[in-house]
Amino acid sequence: MSDTSFLTLDKLSLAYGNTVAVKDLDLDIRKGELLALLGPSGCGKTTTMRSIAGLMTPVGGRIRLDGADITRVAANKRAVGLVFQSYALFPHLTVFENVAFGLKLKGMRGAELEAKVASGLKSVGLAAFADRKTPELSGGQQQRVALARSMVMEPKVLLLDEPLSNLDARLRLEMRTELQRVQKESGVTMIFVTHDQVEALALADRIVVMKNGAIEQIGTPEEIYNHPVSSFVADFVGFENIFAIRDGKLVAGTGEVFLSGKLPEAAGLAWRPRAISLGSGPLKGIVRGVSFAGGTREYVLETPLGIIKAEVDAALPAHALGTDVAFDLPVGSAAPLKRFG
Amino acid sequence: MTQRLFAPITLLLVLIFLIGPFLIIVAASFSAGDTLAFPPQGFSFKWILKVFTVESFRDSFVMSMFLAIGGTFAALLLGIPAAYAMSRYKLPFSETVRTIVSAPIIVPGIIVGLALLRYFVVPIGLSITLALFLAHTALVLPYAVRVVSASLNNLRSDIEEAAVLLGSSRLGAFFRVVLPNIRGGILSAFILGFVTSFNQVPVSLFLSGPGVRTLPVDMLGYMEIVFDPSIAALSSLLAFLSIGIVFAAERFLGFSRYV
Repeated sequence: MSDTSFLTLDKLSLAYGNTVAVKDLDLDIRKGELLALLGPSGCGKTTTMRSIAGLMTPVGGRIRLDGADITRVAANKRAVGLVFQSYALFPHLTVFENVAFGLKLKGMRGAELEAKVASGLKSVGLAAFADRKTPELSGGQQQRVALARSMVMEPKVLLLDEPLSNLDARLRLEMRTELQRVQKESGVTMIFVTHDQVEALALADRIVVMKNGAIEQIGTPEEIYNHPVSSFVADFVGFENIFAIRDGKLVAGTGEVFLSGKLPEAAGLAWRPRAISLGSGPLKGIVRGVSFAGGTREYVLETPLGIIKAEVDAALPAHALGTDVAFDLPVGSAAPLKRFG
Repeated sequence: MTQRLFAPITLLLVLIFLIGPFLIIVAASFSAGDTLAFPPQGFSFKWILKVFTVESFRDSFVMSMFLAIGGTFAALLLGIPAAYAMSRYKLPFSETVRTIVSAPIIVPGIIVGLALLRYFVVPIGLSITLALFLAHTALVLPYAVRVVSASLNNLRSDIEEAAVLLGSSRLGAFFRVVLPNIRGGILSAFILGFVTSFNQVPVSLFLSGPGVRTLPVDMLGYMEIVFDPSIAALSSLLAFLSIGIVFAAERFLGFSRYV
């Protein structure tokens, strides 16, 4: 455990009955950090989040928050907020009453309560909506209410479950900015769970990629995007062409392939479609798919290595479907993987 | 032409079949004659007024009201937690419990009444009022569980977790966010239970004893001795009471959403 750690997960194990969801997870989260838990469904990210909130009791390990062991502290005594994926607003209460709910339980009343709720609603731009019933609001507005409801409690940690997944593309961008602003203004430690790498890369200070109940990689968005440690992470962040290295040779579906250039010491190599050079090179493939994507053109090639996906500048002459095309997998532009499989 | 008339005529006949008996009873209750007959002889309010003067009707009405209100209330006290547990927790015997809870709907009232009489009232010496109360509670329980379950299933369970994370206890969350949101379902269950209990005959018939009987049982007994239109008058009053309750429930609560 490092000295700067504000929230520490120490050998945390979580299970549903006999099904282990998370095993011996260690994680240090700094104060004021915006952290993303990224992974496919079933990787244990939501379970981990629920255990931090106290909605799930660990079968092993400890959780420490701000110097105190909260492993056995009840969910309603943890000072941890959670914005649910469905927002979980109270349908029988108005926007004002939703935001006031937790404050009232703390014993806040009268002018102090009104002022606190009003400032909470103002900070998410919903001051004019205080008297509305929540089911009348749009998805984006509901999320803002949920955010305000948690934030007025001044939690030590704010958890967000798939905060952007229920919003349309335009609102998503808006909400992303909103979340970053709220986080910077309040300095709250924020952890959000997502299966969408784009969300994680855009929003987080640091990303934790999870797989099968364990951490696969921790890093900044740049590190995760450019230097995935494993084929799993590479696949998750958009490296479409991933190959193992065995005995100094690249292993493909149909056997081993020699590449121009010296292979690095790694378990595998991964190329983004943009990293493939098309038109010349030692390898040959047949164009099986081509689609225009604005600035670029995307190709699907059938090759001795299996399917290769390439993306090249749309200004270059197009290769027609069914034609042979030469290409290269430049070793210099590949991401070396420490682990494969 | 005949084909176009077929559907409306069928509909009309069905409506007459459904509403006809009720209209006959209503008409008969305003009769001026001395026997229950249709078409009514003359027009008067005397049988309607007579209903209120029969002492045994008053006693059995109070009994029926007590059973309907008390029994439904008790059924809800048992049924709400049961419905909640079944909707929120994965219980090992959830399906079995659901079936058992529904049993009083399926098992004929005669059998329930006989069993209660033979194995509870007689051997234990249970008082008749208590036996009736327990029987009506059991009869209403399935409706309470079903209707409350339906409205619980429409309610997201994560609002309880949200309440807990805002500082509420689990129990507090139930009272603060679950109960207010299933209020309509509970009221609907109450009305349905009330009507079911109030109109119940077979079980009450077995359990009624000297001096203790429900209104429908009392009416049956009365008819065996006296055959005047006061029975029709009482039936009409009860029918309008039921219609009034259900209409009000539909108007103010959207009753049919839950049943």
